[in-house]
Amino acid sequence: MHSHSREVITVAKTGTIYGINGPVIYLKGNTGFEMSEMVHVGRERLVGEVIGLDKDMTTIQVYEETSGLRPGEIVEATGAAVSVTLAPGILNNIFDGIERPLERIADSGGAFITRGVSVDSLDRTKKWSTHITVAEGEEVHGGTIIAEVPETTAIVHKCMVPPDISGTVKSVVPDGEYTIDEVLVTLETPDGEVKELTMTQKWPIRNARPVRHRYPASIPLITGQRILDTMFPIAKGGTAAVPGGFGTGKTMIQHQIAKWSDADIIIYIGCGERGNEMTQVLEEFSELIDPKTGNPLMARTTLIANTSNMPVAAREASIYTGLTLAEYYRDMGYDVAIMADSTSRWAEALRELSGRLEEMPAEEGFPAYLASKLSAFYERAGMMQTLNGSEGSVSIIGAVSPQGGDFSEPVTQNTKRFVRCFWGLDKSLAYSRHFPAIHWLTSYSEYLNDLGSWYHANVSPKFVDYRNRMMALLNQESSLLEIVKLIGSDVLPDDQKLILEIARVIRLGFLQQNAFHKDDTSVSLEKQFKMMDTILYLYKKCRKLIAMGMPMSVLKEDNIFERVIAIKYDVPNDNLQLLDQYKHDIDRFYEAVLEKNA
Amino acid sequence: MAIEYLGLSSINGPLIVLEGIQDAFYDEIVEFTVNGKEKKMGRIIELYEDKAIIQVFEGTQNMSLKNTHTKLSGHPMEIALSPDMLGRTFDGIGRPIDGLGPIISTLKRDVNGLPLNPVRREYPRNYIRTGISAIDGLTTLIRGQKLPIFSGNGLPHDQLAAQIVKQASLGDDSTEQFAVVFGAMGVKHDVAEFFRRTFEESGVADHVVMFLNLADDPVVERLITPKVALTTAEYLAFEQNMHILVILTDMTSFAEAMREVSSSKGEIPSRKGYPGYLYSELATLYERAGIVAGVNGSVTQLPILTMPNDDITHPIPDLTGYITEGQIVLDRNLHGQAVYPPISVLPSLSRLMKDGIGKGFTREDHQDLANQLFSAYAKVGDARNLASVIGEDELSATDKKYLAFGKAFEERYIGQGPEENRTIEETLNLGWELLRMLPKEELDRVDTKVLAKYYDTEDNTDSDR
Repeated sequence: MHSHSREVITVAKTGTIYGINGPVIYLKGNTGFEMSEMVHVGRERLVGEVIGLDKDMTTIQVYEETSGLRPGEIVEATGAAVSVTLAPGILNNIFDGIERPLERIADSGGAFITRGVSVDSLDRTKKWSTHITVAEGEEVHGGTIIAEVPETTAIVHKCMVPPDISGTVKSVVPDGEYTIDEVLVTLETPDGEVKELTMTQKWPIRNARPVRHRYPASIPLITGQRILDTMFPIAKGGTAAVPGGFGTGKTMIQHQIAKWSDADIIIYIGCGERGNEMTQVLEEFSELIDPKTGNPLMARTTLIANTSNMPVAAREASIYTGLTLAEYYRDMGYDVAIMADSTSRWAEALRELSGRLEEMPAEEGFPAYLASKLSAFYERAGMMQTLNGSEGSVSIIGAVSPQGGDFSEPVTQNTKRFVRCFWGLDKSLAYSRHFPAIHWLTSYSEYLNDLGSWYHANVSPKFVDYRNRMMALLNQESSLLEIVKLIGSDVLPDDQKLILEIARVIRLGFLQQNAFHKDDTSVSLEKQFKMMDTILYLYKKCRKLIAMGMPMSVLKEDNIFERVIAIKYDVPNDNLQLLDQYKHDIDRFYEAVLEKNA
Repeated sequence: MAIEYLGLSSINGPLIVLEGIQDAFYDEIVEFTVNGKEKKMGRIIELYEDKAIIQVFEGTQNMSLKNTHTKLSGHPMEIALSPDMLGRTFDGIGRPIDGLGPIISTLKRDVNGLPLNPVRREYPRNYIRTGISAIDGLTTLIRGQKLPIFSGNGLPHDQLAAQIVKQASLGDDSTEQFAVVFGAMGVKHDVAEFFRRTFEESGVADHVVMFLNLADDPVVERLITPKVALTTAEYLAFEQNMHILVILTDMTSFAEAMREVSSSKGEIPSRKGYPGYLYSELATLYERAGIVAGVNGSVTQLPILTMPNDDITHPIPDLTGYITEGQIVLDRNLHGQAVYPPISVLPSLSRLMKDGIGKGFTREDHQDLANQLFSAYAKVGDARNLASVIGEDELSATDKKYLAFGKAFEERYIGQGPEENRTIEETLNLGWELLRMLPKEELDRVDTKVLAKYYDTEDNTDSDR
C-alpha cells in the first residue's frame, strides 16, 4: 500500500495493463471498474479515468505522460468519479487540468512538471477564520449555507450543505479558526443517519451541479469594452464565442473581460494554450487592482492551466474542472464568468483521444459526438436560482481557434449553434491593428432584445435606439465601400461622403479601443452612451449643413471629426463632464461653417 | 543482462512489430543489429502485452524478418550533455559526426523533456536587437520568445535567420553568454553548409551546437532532431546560464515525417492526412522556449517553416501560429521586387512585443509608432487596389500620398542590406520620417502627446543624419 494514499480503501478493484498507446491504455478482462471512475495507473500512480468498458477490455485515458509504463503494471480503482475538491483556497490560485495546484507541484518537483505528483488540491493545514451560520435544531437541506469564511480580501466563501444531503442540525462548533477537514456541523438525516459536515465537498466534474430554477437572461455582463457592451452585449449567465485565426486577439479579449467585467468571480481556463500567457495572467492579475473593490484581481480569480505541452487527456478534463468550480461559486450566489481559451484545443483533445480509440470519425476527423459535447458544455451556463434560493450565474466566454481562420470548420459551426453571442474576429482588421478586431458585420448578440429594458432603465431610454442607428450607419458604409472600391470616393454625393466620414468616426473613435491606454482600457456604460450621443449629434448637425448645400470638403476643414475620435483619450473616465463640452463645440463648428459660407 | 530477440513479426515502412518481448516499457529505446553488423535504433510507440510496435529511426532497409537482433536498452531516448558540446556537430539523433569523438558525460537526459510549470516561468520582457527594422520596429523579438519565420521555397529565410544570428549575437551586453543551437530537419546539404559557413564567418562557430538531419538522412530520425536540439538548449540555458537562440529548420519536414509515420501506423488522419496530435506534438517543441524564474539563461526559438504552396492556412503554419508567440511572414511579391528582407509586415506579429518595448526598453513612442505604421501600410493596400481599378491619376490627394508612403516604406523601412545593422533609434526615427509623408490627421493611432513630440519635431531625425 502506498504511504501517500490517505483514504482507506477497503477492497480496491484492480486491473493489469495490457496495452499502451499514447495517453490511452487497455486492461484485459472484466475489471469491475465503473465508467468515468478515477484510477491510479502503474507504479508511479498516474491519474487516469475509465472511458470505455466491455466484457473483455477496459479502456483508460491517462492524464499524465505514459512513457515508461509497462504491460503488467497494476491499475487501481479509486471508487469515485473524477472529482474536484470544493472548499476555501480555490481563489487566488492556479491549478492544472485536474485541480492540482501548480505552486505545490513546483515546490515538490521543481520548475518542470514531473509525473505521478501526489499533492492535495487545496491546503489542508491552513486555518480559516470561520463564522457558523446555522444553529442546533435548524432544518437544513442541500445548498443551505452553514458557514462563512473570508477566502480572499474580495470574496466571502459560503460553505454549503452538499446538494444531496438534508436533515436537522445536531451540533455546531463555535466560530473560530478551522481547517477545511474539520467537522463544523453534525446533522441527523431523515432516515436517522448522522452526517458530519466540513467545509469540503467533492463533486464529479462531468455532472452539472443541481439548481432550483433557471431564469431568462435580463442583466448584462458589463465588460467595459464598447463593442461588446454597446454593440453585442452578453447577459449574465449567457454564452459567447470568440472565434478568430491566430493573431486576431482572442486571448486579448479574454484578458480584457477577465480584468474589467463586473462578474464577482473569474475562472480562467487556459486550455492547450501558451505557458507564457498563463504566467502573464498570473503576474498581471496579482498586480492589477480591481477599481470597484480595491482588491488585486487575483483575489477573485482562479486559473486552470493546461498548457499546450501538458498531457492531452487532462486538457479534455480542464474545461469541466473549471466549469464545476464556477458552478460551486454560483451556488453561493455569485456571478461567475468563465474564460475558456481555447475550446478548439479541447475539441482537438477529444479528436486525438477519439483517434486513439479508433472511433469512426465524422467531419475533419472530429468524433460525431463533438456537437453534443459542446452543447452540454454551454448549457451549464445560466442565471439560476440556487438550492438555497439565492441568485447566481455562470457566463461562458469560449475562444474558438478555427483552422486556417475559416469559420466554416466543425468546431466554429457547432459552437455557433449553442451560443447566443458571436464575436467574430477579423483578420484584415487585426492586420491594420484595429483592436478589438471584432467585426461588426459578422458578429451578433441574441441578448440584445432581452437586455433592452435593462438598458432603458439603467443607462438611458435612448440607448438601444442609438446603438441601432450606429449599426445602420456602419452597414451603409459597408455597401458604400463596395462602390468606392470600383470608382473611388470622390464621385460620391456629399450625403454619402458624410456617411463614410461618420462611419470612420464610429470605427476609430468608438469601436476601436486601446487596451494599453489607462483610460480607454475599460469604459463605463455612461461614457459609452455619451460618446454615442456626441457622435450622432455631430452626424445630425453635419447632415443639416449638407442639406443646405455645404460640400463635405468644407466640413472637413475643421478638425471636429478628429477631436470626436480622440474623445476616448482626451476625456478621462473620472471627468465625464468634459464630454458635455463637445456638443457646444459641435454647435460652434456648425455656426462657423454657416457663417463662412453664407 | 539484456536479452536479445531474434527476428521480427512484420515490417511496414519505418515500423516493425516484434512479439514475445518481456518487460519492455512504453517509449523505450531499442537497438537492432542487422546481419550481425549494421546497428540501428528504434523507439517503442505502441505496446500490447508482449507485442511492441517499434519505429526505426534509420529506416527499415536491409532488415528482414529473420536477420535482425533486437535488444531493449532499458531507457527512453536520451542524450549525453556537457558544455563541451559547443562547437560540435551531431547527426539527427545526437551522435557526433565531426570526427572529434563522443561526448563524455555522466549527465543524460530524456529528450522528450518535461512541461515547464507556468508558475515557475518568468514572463519574457527583454528585447533582442536584431538590427533589422521590420523586426525591431514592428515585430520585436523578445528573449525567451518563440517566433517562427513563415517562408516559402526559394525565399531568403536562411539568409534572414543567419543575419539575425549574426547581429543579435553581437548584442549590447557582452557580459552574458550567448550560444546557438541549430537543428536541421531534412534540409539540403547546401543549406546546412550555408549556416556552417555563416557561423564561422561571424565568429560564433565555437558557440554553436549543430544537429543535422539532412534531406537524404532517414525520415524517422528527424522526429527526434528537434527534441535533442531543445534538450541541449534547455541544458545550456537553465543549467549553464547561457542565452540560447535555437534555430529549427525546416519544421515542415518534421511535420511531413510525422504524417509518414502516422499513416504507416494506420491512424485516423485529421486535416490533409496529418495525425490528430500534430498540434500537441508541435506544441511540445515550441513550448520549450522560455525563461525559468531565478535562472540566468533563456531559450529563444526561431523555427523556420516553408509554407506548402505559400499557403498560410495550411495545417503546419496554421497550427504553428496558434502556438508560437507571433510569426514573421516572408512574401514572394516583395522578394520579386528585390526587397530584402521580404517581410510581409501586416500578417507578421510579435505577441510579446507590447511588454518588451516602450519606455525603459526601447522608446516611449515605439508602440504607437508601430500601430500607426501597420495601420497606414494597411491603407496603402486599399489605395493600390483602387488605383488598379480607376488608375493612379484618379486617386484622391490623400490616397496618392499613401501610394508614395507605401513605396518608400517598402524600399527604405522593410528593405535594408544583408549586412546592415540598424540601431533602434535609427529604426524608430526612420518610421517617423516616413509617417511625415502623410497628413497629420491621418495618424489616428497615436496619442496626441506622442504625435506632438515626434511628428511635429524633425530634430530627432536630423541629428542622426
